[in-house]
Amino acid sequence: MRVVPLAEAVASCVQDGASVALEGFTHLIPFAAAHEIIRQGRRDLHLIRMTPDLIYDQLIGAGCAARLTFSWGGNPGVGSLHRLRDAVENQWPRPLALSEFTHAQMAVALQAGASGLPCGLLRAYAATDLERLPGATTIRTVPCPFTGVALSAVPAVNPDVTILHAQQLDARGNVLLKGIVGAAKEAALAAQRVLVTVEEQVESFAADLNAIVLPAWVVTAVSIVPGGAYPSYAQGYYPRDNAFYRSWDAIARERSSFTAWIERHVLGVRDHAALLRELGVAA
Amino acid sequence: MSDYSSDEMMTVTAARQLSNGSVCFVGIGLPSAACNLARLTHAPDLVLIYESGTVGTRPAVLPLSIGDGELAASATCIVPLPEIFAHYLQRGRIDVGFLGAAQIDRFGNLNTTVIGEYAHPKVRLPGAGGAPDIMTHAREVLIVMPQSPRSFVARLDFRTSCGFLEGGSTRRSSGCPGAGPQAVISDYGILRPAPDSCELQLTAIYPGVSVAAVRAATGWPLQVADTLERVPPPQPAELNCLRELQARTRAAHAHPVRIRVS
Repeated sequence: MRVVPLAEAVASCVQDGASVALEGFTHLIPFAAAHEIIRQGRRDLHLIRMTPDLIYDQLIGAGCAARLTFSWGGNPGVGSLHRLRDAVENQWPRPLALSEFTHAQMAVALQAGASGLPCGLLRAYAATDLERLPGATTIRTVPCPFTGVALSAVPAVNPDVTILHAQQLDARGNVLLKGIVGAAKEAALAAQRVLVTVEEQVESFAADLNAIVLPAWVVTAVSIVPGGAYPSYAQGYYPRDNAFYRSWDAIARERSSFTAWIERHVLGVRDHAALLRELGVAA
Repeated sequence: MSDYSSDEMMTVTAARQLSNGSVCFVGIGLPSAACNLARLTHAPDLVLIYESGTVGTRPAVLPLSIGDGELAASATCIVPLPEIFAHYLQRGRIDVGFLGAAQIDRFGNLNTTVIGEYAHPKVRLPGAGGAPDIMTHAREVLIVMPQSPRSFVARLDFRTSCGFLEGGSTRRSSGCPGAGPQAVISDYGILRPAPDSCELQLTAIYPGVSVAAVRAATGWPLQVADTLERVPPPQPAELNCLRELQARTRAAHAHPVRIRVS
């Protein structure tokens, strides 16, 4: 594990064409790292994430992605992800191939990836159109070898790189996540490389024995980026900016307003701190 | 002229369907508003679970997303996402799933994937999320959504989540553990599956709504139950509670975020 500036961490961990999971379920979404990927002009990425959220709306609209693996792609409580829709409906700014699952299927796929298994298992579903998608590599029904009960098998997901945001890094290089953790731990342990941005570095964690800690030796690189999850949130540090999530609907609705926003707030700033100052969020 | 909106009527009616002590898996939006209204009125011991892994959450304001910090801070416990779907939902520990959808058909199957063809959609919708998992495994499911011929359709553009499939015994013989959708609460009234066919039929209607109006808002020839119940209007306590909850929510969501960056 190395502690390095974010630009250096992204340059060394994320190559064109890589499969990349920027995880964090509503909470601890690594926006600062995604903006750095946009600034570095990465292309042809296979983006993996249960809930694409604004973070993938931005990466897709900025032309970084060729494929998306996901289970729910909306702006929660607000409406559509307009850039995701534009890519699927009109191939703008480029075509986007989709692999879609249910939440439970994505969860077992990441868990299988983290466990060194080729597939994850669930109890079988009744027939829906999800299994009939053209070119679906997704789901096969197999019998339980002991009981014959029908099970759904979902291929494991093993990203080239998983990127997370977390609360703290300790002096020995371990990473602590608190609050809603989604499938962050599974996504990290399934990946070849793990990049983490953190709110702060501390001497040692004041955490419970069962806290979710990624040991230093499973993490490739850490960058200290206060506010790195904004406009999502970091429990104990700052709340989700629900007003920003609402305002994104109008920003992303048109190509021109989206492009202007990315040019000014992502390409036009040096780093995440500069973005937070520009948005009037930095205290 | 009533002193409440049709949205309020729908949310209050949805809340009334939940019984105290039930364990409820909550979708975002209208289901979340209804579940919290129930918890703050007649069902104080309703256990609310959101798919973000927050178990037994008691938020003071409505979350905008399924994972707001308010849900985490007021929860009994927070579990990782694979656990909430495997250990709680698939294991059969959920009494009621509460969902919305873009399209529903006469057998309560749901579409949240696309309008139009999958390969060339007119509208790309968010996708499955946890809905297929909840529709399969929750002991029963309640659905709340506004009714129109575009949303209550004869034929789904895409079947994302299974209700009663083709009706009759097709769901039971498919091996789905849960009983499927037991009520659809709309802005006109309540639809429930008929005993044998499992086709949704109108069983209750709101004040001032005619059967003809409900039929006009439905994309298939809607059957009406032999005895049609009249849903009582929202009581002052229900309305006040809902409006206070929404006012608290608006104020909380408008509160500016400040982050210390150095």
